Amino acid sequence: MDLTALLVMRQEFSLLAIIVILLIYDLFASEKGKSYFHFTGCLLFLAHTVMGFFPIPYGELFGGMYNNIPIANLVKSILNVGIFIVLLQSYGKLKKEDSLFKRGEYFVLMLSTLFGMYLMISSGNFLTFYLGLEIASLPMATLIAFDKYKNNSAEAGAKYVLSAALSSGILLFGLSFLYAGSGTMYFTDFTPSLVHTPFCLIGFVFFVTGMFFKISMVPFHLWTADVYEGAPTGITAYMSVISKGSAVFVLTVLLYKVFAPFVTQWQNILWWVIVVTITVGNLFALRQDNLKRFLAFSSISQAGYIMLGIMGSGQQGMTATIYFILVYIFSNLAAFGVIAAVENASGKVKISDYNGLYSTNPKLSLLMMFALFSLGGIPPLAGFFSKFFIFTAAASQGYYGLVLIALINTIISLYYYLLPVKAMFINKNDQPIEEFQSDNYSRLASVICLVGLVILGLASYFYEYIGSLSFGM
Amino acid sequence: MNFLSLFVLIPLLMLIALVPCKTLKQIRPVATIGSLALLITSVVLVVLYLAERQAGNTAEMLFTADLLWYAPLNIHYAVGVDGVSVAMLLLSSIIVITGVFASWKMEKLAKEFFMWLILLAMGVFGFFITIDLFTMFMFYEIALIPMYLLIGVWGTGRKEYSAMKLTLMLMGGSAFLMVGLLGIYYNSVDAGGMYTFNIIEISKHVIPIEAQRLFFPLTFVGFGVLGAMFPFHTWSPDGHASAPTAVSMLHAGVLMKLGGYGCYRIAIYLMPEAAQEQAWIFLILTGISVVYGAFGAVVQKDLKYINAYSSVSHCGLVLFAILMMNQTAMTGAILQMLSHGLMTALFFALIGMIYGRTHTRNIDELNGLMKIMPFLSVCYVIAGLASLGLPGLSGFIAEMTIFVGSFQHPDTFHRVFTIIACSSIVITAVYILRVVGKILYGEVENKEFLELDDAKWHEKIAVVGLIVSIAALGSYPLWISDMISDSLSPIVAKLINL
Repeated sequence: MDLTALLVMRQEFSLLAIIVILLIYDLFASEKGKSYFHFTGCLLFLAHTVMGFFPIPYGELFGGMYNNIPIANLVKSILNVGIFIVLLQSYGKLKKEDSLFKRGEYFVLMLSTLFGMYLMISSGNFLTFYLGLEIASLPMATLIAFDKYKNNSAEAGAKYVLSAALSSGILLFGLSFLYAGSGTMYFTDFTPSLVHTPFCLIGFVFFVTGMFFKISMVPFHLWTADVYEGAPTGITAYMSVISKGSAVFVLTVLLYKVFAPFVTQWQNILWWVIVVTITVGNLFALRQDNLKRFLAFSSISQAGYIMLGIMGSGQQGMTATIYFILVYIFSNLAAFGVIAAVENASGKVKISDYNGLYSTNPKLSLLMMFALFSLGGIPPLAGFFSKFFIFTAAASQGYYGLVLIALINTIISLYYYLLPVKAMFINKNDQPIEEFQSDNYSRLASVICLVGLVILGLASYFYEYIGSLSFGM
Repeated sequence: MNFLSLFVLIPLLMLIALVPCKTLKQIRPVATIGSLALLITSVVLVVLYLAERQAGNTAEMLFTADLLWYAPLNIHYAVGVDGVSVAMLLLSSIIVITGVFASWKMEKLAKEFFMWLILLAMGVFGFFITIDLFTMFMFYEIALIPMYLLIGVWGTGRKEYSAMKLTLMLMGGSAFLMVGLLGIYYNSVDAGGMYTFNIIEISKHVIPIEAQRLFFPLTFVGFGVLGAMFPFHTWSPDGHASAPTAVSMLHAGVLMKLGGYGCYRIAIYLMPEAAQEQAWIFLILTGISVVYGAFGAVVQKDLKYINAYSSVSHCGLVLFAILMMNQTAMTGAILQMLSHGLMTALFFALIGMIYGRTHTRNIDELNGLMKIMPFLSVCYVIAGLASLGLPGLSGFIAEMTIFVGSFQHPDTFHRVFTIIACSSIVITAVYILRVVGKILYGEVENKEFLELDDAKWHEKIAVVGLIVSIAALGSYPLWISDMISDSLSPIVAKLINL
């Protein structure tokens, strides 16, 4: 076998190399030598991220088990950028006494989940797909339980393991039906042999149910809020954008390519799931006071909006979906960055604690406001564009009613996105969170997020580039 | 780069220039120079526009420029103006500069206040110069969101409630609007066979009537919310009453005009068939706005509430006249937008100045102001007279044109509604004269008021600027009404040829 063919997997190999290097560094370096650990980790990952944007050969490997297509590679690069920001934001958390000795694990585990997502994104077979899915979720559970001496972190970890196992079980059960119905696990052979029998359809429904668990669509969302609240903030941010983004992308590809014969069925299913997801996510977010729970429910409703793009069912739909994920990564990470910074400085995560924040920490408040406005879809921030394109994609298939329901929901969402803004800018507080300086890592992360929020929308290049790689049904 | 883009660039530069400013003394020159530059640009635009028309250029939109933005969706940054948008730009720049002078003494978080105010102005200007639906919608939303913080942070009274109510209701309107815009987009076709957001391109083809029936009401209601159409007007009294002076001026004076402008430029122009079919529903609603708003103003005690309800009535008249769909009435509608914009800005400026001195807006607690602050009181009388339609001031021209145009319809339905709407003039006289009599004349009962002073120089600039504009529009309206009327011809021609 020609070894150069393996270059198709260059992203995976370089990520694996980083994992190994960091593992060895963490094992053998002295305590003093480890003071550069965070810096090295970020630098290596930055190099990996930059390298991901250079041209890469596309193609299949292992007889079609692994398949690197241009859009999958682009999504990997997008995830890289997101993880880089998360790693920068985690500095404040990892330098604390109780987690300093675990920073190696933090890096290695996080990058392992990314490795799983890579496999999942580039899979050409349901087996590789499932393998990737599991590699992505098991280390995640340990990361969620990272603060294992805090009750809610450990509880969240357990909850995540259980619900992940349950959803994997359901997904596998569906897969077994599908295998029985079609006789193959390869995506390329699968579609032609897929037959319209109730048997296959049940398998399909089980399969998407498992996926909805991962993306936390209603009614499979019940684990989300508790896990988001309990996990360390950096991990919550990671789950809300990176895990969700990769799962949504895979689902898009599967629905467009592999399950194309079931198009009427999955559009019907999605229609209802989207309506319920957006509405329930929004209504629950209204009453939250803990910012992490608040963003958990907001991320549930955002997942519904992402699915709206999939309803677009064409090249436009996929473009809008991926573009939405990209913008969502920046908006949500900006918000979580502020939450993490405030939490590290003062230990406070409630909306009411943010009262009067603008008088003490104006820059953080402004960043938070931009992030929330972007999530709410206010121009000229990128969130406006991504929402508009999502709606345009859904309307292109004539789903005007769905678009109207989603838009009316954006009003509800705007209400709760304005609540923290109101707290920071309008509400009075005798003892606001004191003025503090964040570390350079999280400052860099904030700047990247801010630039992203402004540039991604106003410059049409990103959307057009994604569009040039996307494909329809 | 087309010079119309200056209307967006100047506010942008102002925003950048405000970033390093620290004290009010540094902020004032930036705000003044910037808004003066905007005023000059819009005056130059009027002159150039008229010259171009004199030279015989009959294109629908002048000074057009087009920049491809999002190629896959055929979204352009496209600008262009006709007589109506030129008039609206002039109005906006007058209100912005007077608004800056009216908030000369802004002490609390001055930098942030001016930044949000200028962002609001940028949205408004951008809305009036673009001819691309996407860009227009973007500027529309840019204009809406600063209101939340402007009212929430710098407002008075129940400011948090009002700010949230206003923001959510207007955003609700834009939700309907967006579905309407998408519907228009997917039923359009441009020269290259692609879907398009360009208004001129869309207007060249007839949108299927089934689609029009669905999307016309969505679009009209979407803009109608901002135009304070009954029953979606409830944000207006609360919002205006709680907003700080300059924001009330800008919001009632300009932002509400976005609603009327959008109704005519997008809803009726692009979907005339459905507009003809469904106009009666909206005529009834706007008719209610006109009369209900006026009656609402009669019973209010807070000066700002009185003026806000009168705005509902006057803006209702704008939509009412647009729905009459003939040249005279629509010209009147645009004139009414200008007239109401100037007049209501003057009212809010004066109320803000009076409130700043007396710290009350309750008409029961105010008396004899004419003796204490004669300048402001005389200006208040002038504003009141303009509002009730005294010949020589702008209100008369606008309302006269509207009612003459509306009465041209020979059928009973339109005539009856015209007469009902006409009755609002009488009610307007009631509430205006009631307020003038109550707060300006009579004895000074509250002796503390005797200490108060009259208008300062910056307040005089703001007030006199607005009064001069009102008088100019009222005594020499021909050039502007011709300019508007000519620009309305393509729309009217479309409506007649149905």
